[in-house]
Amino acid sequence: MSTAQDRRKAPAGERVADWADGRLGIYSLAKANMRKIFPDHWSFMLGEICLYSFIIIILTGVYLTLFFHPSMNEVEYHGSYVPLQGQLMSEAFASTLDISFDVRGGLLIRQIHHWAAIIFLAGMFVHMMRVFFTGAFRKPREINWLFGFLLFVLGMFTGFTGYSLPDDLLSGTGVRFTQGAILSVPIVGTYISMFLFGGEFPGTDFVARFYSIHILLLPGIMLGLVVGHLILVFYHKHTQFAGPGRTNKNVVGMPLLPVYMAKAGGFFFLVFGVIAALAGIATVNPIWVLGPYRPDQVSTGAQPDWYMGFAEGLVRAMPGWEINFWGHTLVLGVFIPLVLFGLFLGIIALYPFIESWVTGDKREHHILDRPRNAPTRTAFGVAWVTGYMIMLIGGGNDIVATHFHLSINAVTWFVRIGFFAGPVLAFIVTKRICLGLQRRDKEKVLHGRESGIIKRLPHGEFIEVHEPLSQEQMYTLTAHEQYEPVEIGPTVDENGVERKVKGSEKLRAKLSESYYGEGAQIPKPTAEEYREITSGHGHH
Amino acid sequence: MFTVSMLATIAFIAAFVAIPVDKSVYIFPLGHISALNFALGMTLGIALFCIGAGAVHWARTLMSDVEIADERHPIEAEPEVREKVFADFQQGAKESALGRRKLIRNTMFGALTLVPLSGVVLLRDLGPLPEDKLRHTLWSKGKLLVNMNTNEPLRPSDVAVGSLTFAKPEGLEEHDHEFQNEIAKAALMIVRIQPENIKDKRELEWSHEGIVAYSKICTHVGCPISLYEQQTHHVLCPCHQSTFDLSDGARVIFGPAGHALPQLRIGVNDEGYLEALGDFDEPVGPAFWERG
Amino acid sequence: MKKLSARRRHPLAAVVVLLLALLFSGGLYAVFAPTSKAEADETAQSLTIEEGKKLYSVGCASCHGTGGQGTSDGPSLVGVGAAAVDFQVATGRMPAATSQGPQVPKKKNVYSQAEIDQLAAYIASLGAGPAIPTEEQYGPQGADIAKGGELFRTNCAQCHNFTGKGGALTHGKYAPTLEGVAPKHIYEAMETGPQNMPSFPDTTLSEKNKKDIIAYLDAVNSSKSESPGGLELGGLGPVSEGLFGWIFGLGGLIAVAVWVAARTAKAKKS
Repeated sequence: MSTAQDRRKAPAGERVADWADGRLGIYSLAKANMRKIFPDHWSFMLGEICLYSFIIIILTGVYLTLFFHPSMNEVEYHGSYVPLQGQLMSEAFASTLDISFDVRGGLLIRQIHHWAAIIFLAGMFVHMMRVFFTGAFRKPREINWLFGFLLFVLGMFTGFTGYSLPDDLLSGTGVRFTQGAILSVPIVGTYISMFLFGGEFPGTDFVARFYSIHILLLPGIMLGLVVGHLILVFYHKHTQFAGPGRTNKNVVGMPLLPVYMAKAGGFFFLVFGVIAALAGIATVNPIWVLGPYRPDQVSTGAQPDWYMGFAEGLVRAMPGWEINFWGHTLVLGVFIPLVLFGLFLGIIALYPFIESWVTGDKREHHILDRPRNAPTRTAFGVAWVTGYMIMLIGGGNDIVATHFHLSINAVTWFVRIGFFAGPVLAFIVTKRICLGLQRRDKEKVLHGRESGIIKRLPHGEFIEVHEPLSQEQMYTLTAHEQYEPVEIGPTVDENGVERKVKGSEKLRAKLSESYYGEGAQIPKPTAEEYREITSGHGHH
Repeated sequence: MFTVSMLATIAFIAAFVAIPVDKSVYIFPLGHISALNFALGMTLGIALFCIGAGAVHWARTLMSDVEIADERHPIEAEPEVREKVFADFQQGAKESALGRRKLIRNTMFGALTLVPLSGVVLLRDLGPLPEDKLRHTLWSKGKLLVNMNTNEPLRPSDVAVGSLTFAKPEGLEEHDHEFQNEIAKAALMIVRIQPENIKDKRELEWSHEGIVAYSKICTHVGCPISLYEQQTHHVLCPCHQSTFDLSDGARVIFGPAGHALPQLRIGVNDEGYLEALGDFDEPVGPAFWERG
Repeated sequence: MKKLSARRRHPLAAVVVLLLALLFSGGLYAVFAPTSKAEADETAQSLTIEEGKKLYSVGCASCHGTGGQGTSDGPSLVGVGAAAVDFQVATGRMPAATSQGPQVPKKKNVYSQAEIDQLAAYIASLGAGPAIPTEEQYGPQGADIAKGGELFRTNCAQCHNFTGKGGALTHGKYAPTLEGVAPKHIYEAMETGPQNMPSFPDTTLSEKNKKDIIAYLDAVNSSKSESPGGLELGGLGPVSEGLFGWIFGLGGLIAVAVWVAARTAKAKKS
């Protein structure tokens, strides 16, 4: 930016910039990035919601550490919340009460922290879905997809360790559940439990240990991943939707300075503002009504925060299988959900690699797919989300039962069956819908848009006038590529010797067929078809 | 917009100073809420939101709105670069002599793999070994059943049919250092069922005039189970809905729990108080590998 | 506000009813002739029982049997006591609809307090049981709220939730919300264990304990109880918080994002 025409009169700003450039080389960095292009679309801002809520969580979290005592020493409460006065509780719980009732603004910061955490995870979930359904995870972005996935999983556990810190009755029940789940791990379960809790549950150590995990270990890793995630976004340049002038070789949008800077910077304040207002309006995790933790007390409606609800659902829906043999117990009723939890999340992490193997597509992709143009992927994603949502319902089955006047047993059975049937059904239905939408796009391109104008022909027939699409619209609708399924290839080589076809190859050809075979995509209209129809045969 | 934000920040400071921390106001439809929290939340929210809204509005209306295209370059390097990198690597590898000095190289790898072990060993003192800690509770022969609510030992006449009582072993007080750990295993749920309605033979044998004492800790993952339905004698766990039939040896009739609730054998001592006739004969709480 | 008035109505109603009952049973006479008070009380009592029996044979006998011995449609009422009658009838649970779901719900009460007292007196005459508690037993004087909270979490929260918002039981049964339930009825419910609720007799949950619990509920779950953090979202915990966060938190932010990313009219022209 500095033209350096007149060094003597260089204003202060420029002189500071010169100073910094001499030491950090910022000019070459700025040259490449100052007018960097970012495509504008609301769904591209979901990631920003996550980034900003993460920053908000760190800011408020630092404030909270100034007042919180991560200690499980039993104290008698004598603070200002009357319904708990004289009660025995851990110092952790008492200090959380002090933050809520005696520190001015402490309650607000606590609630911002917790609301931001809920929104952070929800934002990551939606952001991940956006990236998934538009195919933005494809080469070269698979590693960034993994970074994002790790952030989501670590976010879940940071959230869990965080809401367990106040040592209240609800979160304590959650910790007890965690301990029970750890005990179910074959062979090493009891050892891990003893080491984690410093002895028997609940012991006097876990709050302090969760504290260092929650404020240091996990956020530290996450911060690193966030930075890596952002660097990769910068390096790869953002993906874009198809459209005129947008190709796989360019990126069209607003420059970082000034438009994107203003919008993204402004958006941080908007996010912070909305969350602050939310924290002023609605209470979250009111630990004072939950009471201090005691292992012999419990309340109905014992649920984790939403992002763990999926795991809770798995555990609630599982039948109580337990196998005893040679003096040992295999606690399948708890251990299977624990494994399923990992698998169900893991498959989402591995999906980019599975898809590129199945489709044999190893090229770079910077143009996003419309979900309808990748029916199998979309259907798979919807099936996954369906399974996830059914388990969320399972995690809240008692609340569902009371609020819809249902039997809790019926809800549980619905979840048990739905977990298997729901995704299959969702897969089939979604695929049908996608194909239908593809057909409609084809119609639109070939015959134009329904205008709603009814015209009467001379011989009395009524027809609706179809307006042809504009060049831009037509381009957008036909910009996507269509693929051929991967074939097994000749099974007999040139010398007539039969080649052994590996099982994995057959599987791959089968899967590929289901991705790009006849039943999985509608051939998009070709220019010839278009010309033929528009060259005078009229509408119909 | 920015002016509104400034005003809101001033209001935030004013509210912080002026409103007492324990003041409560009624605001429809929020209810009786803390005045300070609401005021701080709203002013901070407005102050921040207006900065953002101002900046975005500026960008939308005053700044250029022409889209610009930028070239993308393939991420993959050119073949020459690739060749160069590999050549450099070969060069470096050769100079390091790592390939030739196998012994040195292998001992180095060995050392590197071993050294994290010290870190693992250091974690050993995080906690004690399990041994048989999960198998024993505070209950033993002759321990009185003390009512959790009144802190008095229970007599059979105190426990009515259809009632629900929670008990702890005599001598365990809330102020005790080990209270949390002990109550996590020893918590007891006592109900009285007409003896003719008890279906399980052992349960009847271990009861006293139809008074049965079961562990309050769910055998699934350890929630304090106690949603007792006095007409069906079912207890439901609020955490994962395992359901047990207290009139039939507390067997599991629904949900994810794998085995029945452990029963405590009880009787009456010379002074007419309910007492335990020993510890639970199986570990209470969630199942684990060594449980058998 | 409605709940508030409903809560207020009960103690006042009790006073009015007491006066009416006195008039009915010749209590006035007793006032003028203190020497024969005991005797008058006895006659008054038997009169009340008579009236109660009449009401019983009309409204209750078809299910509970002509002498309260119980039938296949309703349990025996011998020994359930006046407290059970007052709770069941005054909360509208009894008389129950003929076709029932898994549980008899609370509904509008069709009897006056005087009639309920008569019914209660009749049932109490069938066999000894808990009496209707007095204001002194369930009133807030001298109660320890914090102790009540601890007792509530030990004995009640497992079914009724942390602050008495209710919860699910097996096969469509549920623990109802305690919001707006009169202290007297809460006391009676603990004493008698209606439907599937276990009872908490004075031998295991003392009178003082019950008083504490009621005072705690009044502090955390009444129309005047505070929720310092703001909207309490039903007091159901993380499920409603999660929903609120998704819909209003993330939903609001996405709406903002749409606004931020939307291209202005000016751009469309250019």
